Amino acid sequence: MSPNGPLLVMRDIDKRFQGANALVGAQLEVQAGEIMAVVGQNGAGKSTLIKVLTGAYKRDGGTILFDGQPIDFASPQAAQRGGISTIYQEINLVPFRSVAENIFLGREHKRYGFLDWKRMNAEAAELLARFAVDIDVHRPLMEFSTAIQQMVAIARALSFKARLVIMDEPTSSLDEREVAVLFDVMRQLRAQGVGVIFITHRLDELFQVCDRVTVMRDGRTVATSRMADVDKLRLVASMLGRDLEAVREGSTGFSAASGGAGEEVLSANGLHIGRKVRGAGVEVKAGQIVGLAGLLGSGRTEVARAIFGADPPGAGNIRLMGRDVAPREPAEAIALGVGYCSEDRKADGIIPDMSVRENITLGILPLLTKFGVVDEARQREIVDRFMSRLAIKASSAEQKIRELSGGNQQKVLLARWLCMDPKLLILDEPTRGIDVGAKAEIQSLIRELADQGLGVLMISSELEEIIEGADRVFVLSDGRTVADFPHSAVNAAAIMAAMAHDATATVPGVEHD
Amino acid sequence: MTDAPTISTKGARFDFASFFRRYAAVAALVVLLAFNFAVTPNFASWQTLNVNMTQVATIVIVSVGMTLVIATGGIDLSVGSLMAISGALAPLIFLSAFGRAYPLLGDLLAFVIPVAVAGLFGAFNGWFITRFKVQPIVATLVLFIAGRGIGQVMTNGNLQVFKNPIFQFVGLGRIFGVPFQVVIMLILVAAAAWTLRRTLFGRQVLSVGGNERAARLAGVPVASVKRWVYAVSGLCAGIAGLVVVSINSSSDANLVGLGMELDAIAAVAVGGTPFTGGQASVVGTLLGALLIQLVRYTLLANGVPDAAALVVKGAIIAGAVWSQQRGQTS
Repeated sequence: MSPNGPLLVMRDIDKRFQGANALVGAQLEVQAGEIMAVVGQNGAGKSTLIKVLTGAYKRDGGTILFDGQPIDFASPQAAQRGGISTIYQEINLVPFRSVAENIFLGREHKRYGFLDWKRMNAEAAELLARFAVDIDVHRPLMEFSTAIQQMVAIARALSFKARLVIMDEPTSSLDEREVAVLFDVMRQLRAQGVGVIFITHRLDELFQVCDRVTVMRDGRTVATSRMADVDKLRLVASMLGRDLEAVREGSTGFSAASGGAGEEVLSANGLHIGRKVRGAGVEVKAGQIVGLAGLLGSGRTEVARAIFGADPPGAGNIRLMGRDVAPREPAEAIALGVGYCSEDRKADGIIPDMSVRENITLGILPLLTKFGVVDEARQREIVDRFMSRLAIKASSAEQKIRELSGGNQQKVLLARWLCMDPKLLILDEPTRGIDVGAKAEIQSLIRELADQGLGVLMISSELEEIIEGADRVFVLSDGRTVADFPHSAVNAAAIMAAMAHDATATVPGVEHD
Repeated sequence: MTDAPTISTKGARFDFASFFRRYAAVAALVVLLAFNFAVTPNFASWQTLNVNMTQVATIVIVSVGMTLVIATGGIDLSVGSLMAISGALAPLIFLSAFGRAYPLLGDLLAFVIPVAVAGLFGAFNGWFITRFKVQPIVATLVLFIAGRGIGQVMTNGNLQVFKNPIFQFVGLGRIFGVPFQVVIMLILVAAAAWTLRRTLFGRQVLSVGGNERAARLAGVPVASVKRWVYAVSGLCAGIAGLVVVSINSSSDANLVGLGMELDAIAAVAVGGTPFTGGQASVVGTLLGALLIQLVRYTLLANGVPDAAALVVKGAIIAGAVWSQQRGQTS
């Protein structure tokens, strides 16, 4: 026991996946009775770090001290027994069993070989009472709200005598009141001397509840600081890895904007989608690349999917090609001339076992048929044309798409839309996970298409891409459009300031509701 | 440029696993045939072929629809019960007062109506699955249970015995010496294989099974594709039901198509169509059904009891699944 040292020290943690570095000398330190925030962009290594800590992954290097003792858990269960509990975003409890059963699952109290229900129910109620949660512990867990279910998960963690509780985006499915309750619980944990690691994308929340923050980027720990010593802008800058002014020029395949914008192809405003988007709007004209910037969790993808009809919005107006239509299904948006390349190519884009040919023509196929029979000559003609135009590298059009590199898969998906001659193309992270050469090719292609009159709405986490590529930039923060910059006013500092924006302030030129 | 090497190596390498998966059934079939020609008495006869083909025809007819369903990543447990409904309905029509008064029209309707009704029940499966997002195994369980009941209610649970040469052509007739149900089977296999390869519907079936979310985002009408697939499965089951009652000259809603769903699923599995969807081989299903049938015949013709044949059938399915697993992991 070392009462004065930190509760947890992770030092120089390395982790590689098939040669790719996921963690490079990452550091994390948590004191007892402290709430430590861990923030970073997608792929920064936050969840890998947590998984290394709880034994879900084996580390390739580095040391972990818990309570002064070196530890090396074989599994999350072992970590739980050792005093480290994790509360996941999706609650992994048993919905049909009672609250008490869930709390004691796996180490039920027994009496004469039988389950001691009386004792378990009493203890469960007592544990929950510590958080001022007064519910009937006999009821099945699923009858309660997500927030209460989370409390139960936390109570379960404490019943394991947890000394360190990890919360992985616990607030993403909670409403504001529930978040407030959760924060109360976190503060109580702190008062009881428990260490808390809090992972979230919502910057506001950090300042409400955390003591310190660790910023991760590209598998490294890039900053650790007391909350009181940073502001949102500094946090954003360090997450994105930018000095506030310096952005490398000419680092993307985008040539300068040509500027000649045509008719409006998209106008959306006042969009509300679930709990994540609360008043977002964008506008795209023909021949324009419009950037949609924002931190992870700011609602960018949700806005894109709403416009495309994949998840229709709860409220708001969408005008496509000058017509007031809110598509209810992607097929409706496609019929209007909209295309959408999703952020997750594997889950939402490719049909892995189909050939490049079939993946390209998946959308246009209905137009290539006579009496329901595919006209293979026309199909081949289109495939050949777009494979050479986009320089898609495959052994042949018949190669399965899953065997292609990420960049070529992305080109196939672009071809899928381009062959339908859309008026508006929504690109969600078009160059994520793509090697440098293919990235520049795709960027210059996007510019070329825009110059030919295509309207492009481009979501990107890369500031260079937005700054150099976009003719106009909308910035989302916490589900709201907080800024709208013309190309001339776009710079890294302005965008980062908007990303870190306090949602209550007003921005000229943007409607609030 | 930078990513060229990975492509060339992958594209050129001979994929033993997928070759094995695709041709395992063929190889097993060849071995079995060779064994039979050598050992089983009177194997090389027209009659042996006819017996085997006749017995396998109904399974294959049902399996064709099942292959399409499984290609979308679903499953249809109701096919056996839909056979019972169709089989119960046909005699009701041609034995009715109307059917006796207008025999030709009655026989025609006795073909069309039962098949259409089975198709509608299939469409109901599809609607249930897509409208309420129910898992196919649960949704089709409804008609698996209720369907046989519906058939029994229609006939008051009675056995219907009949002799109707025109109607029974479907089960007993021959075209140039080939049993008519075998002709139906071959036509359906060819039509389904062609549909999967060459038509919009076929490609959409495979894209829905391959990645439903991506298919929806590319504008594929996922729900309607699924409904059609289950409707086709129902139609196939309806045809198979007519064949079975014709052969038996009687219809017993309690027995027609009993256990057929499992035979059809087995044929699809042995035929190399993965249950994850996105890929399908109708010809493979035909071969799978032939293989199961031939194994059973071989054992029976050589004096092995039927009970033992069932064990061997199970072993074949296990072997087929094993070879699929190998195909996926390597």
